[in-house]
Amino acid sequence: MIRSEILRDIAPILRDQLVVCNIGIPSQELHAIDDQPSNFYMLGTMGLASSIGLGLALSQPKPVIVIDGDGSVLTNLGTLPTIGNNCPDNYILMIIDNGSYGSTGDQPTYAGMKTDLAAMARAAGCDNVVEVQDKDTGDALQAALDSGKGTVMVVKCDSGNAKMPVITMDPVVIKHRFMEAVKA
Amino acid sequence: MNIDKKIVDDLVANDVSFVTTVPCKQLAGVIDEVDARDGIFHIPSNKEDEGMGLCAGAHMGGKRPAIIMQNTAIGVTINTLATLTQYYRMPLPMIISYRGELREPVACQVEMAVHTKALLAQLNIPTYHFHWQKDVEEFDNILKYTFMCNKPVAILTDANFWGGYGDQ
Repeated sequence: MIRSEILRDIAPILRDQLVVCNIGIPSQELHAIDDQPSNFYMLGTMGLASSIGLGLALSQPKPVIVIDGDGSVLTNLGTLPTIGNNCPDNYILMIIDNGSYGSTGDQPTYAGMKTDLAAMARAAGCDNVVEVQDKDTGDALQAALDSGKGTVMVVKCDSGNAKMPVITMDPVVIKHRFMEAVKA
Repeated sequence: MNIDKKIVDDLVANDVSFVTTVPCKQLAGVIDEVDARDGIFHIPSNKEDEGMGLCAGAHMGGKRPAIIMQNTAIGVTINTLATLTQYYRMPLPMIISYRGELREPVACQVEMAVHTKALLAQLNIPTYHFHWQKDVEEFDNILKYTFMCNKPVAILTDANFWGGYGDQ
């Protein structure tokens, strides 16, 4: 499975949750598959989805699901110790690990070579780290939500992108409707 | 006047309750004060752009955030300031240790100091420079201004403001 197939699979679970989605094609795919006011799409700033989601989870009680990528986490590796030492129960970091920088032409990442992101997350202090195969993502995500514990999921899948349109929504509109969903 | 206490009192009075920090020697006292306050959640960052991501999330979660960092961070965070904080119109008071200014003992710090105000000006970030201790009196107004206009705002605090480096 590729990322877009996983997103299609888990869309019914994501629909009712606050979701912070990584920049580029992941946000385009989520937006095209099931746009929701409770989705925060990153239009810039590679690497910060996990940090934005953590700040959000620490500031209000609703569960927060971050859809991140292996390349994005590698860009902001300092995030793992910050998560490991501050992880609230309402935070789920789902790293879609397809071993490539999808939005820039599927160049390989080190996570697809010798680097083990799950082991790095554990070494950084993250208590609940689960490694998941693509087809099991929905069950694992639901289990993480049901557990009521902060969780880092590393979802192994194939490299590849679906062709989806660029998001043209104004960033202030994305933020405004997302903040309304947070408050609802 | 204890300026560490005054700065954190003003943060609390303006409902700032989520503060991330990347340390600097000059900022050690104010970071300690932030850490000691019950009304503030203090979360250290490993890098300043990470901290701005945390603050963006806190803002969307309904909290008022602030970041405390060195001016060298402006070199690290330009993309984040432009494409996250400014693009989504998020308020962010940035309390910045202005290294490389008068009474600075470390020559290399001057290399980023000479770019700091130019970079902030290029980004159209409202910028205030605290050089004398009495300048801190404006901090409360700067916080109100930041949350009124939903912009990142820089408060540069130099060595003279903090009282220099011991006997230097």
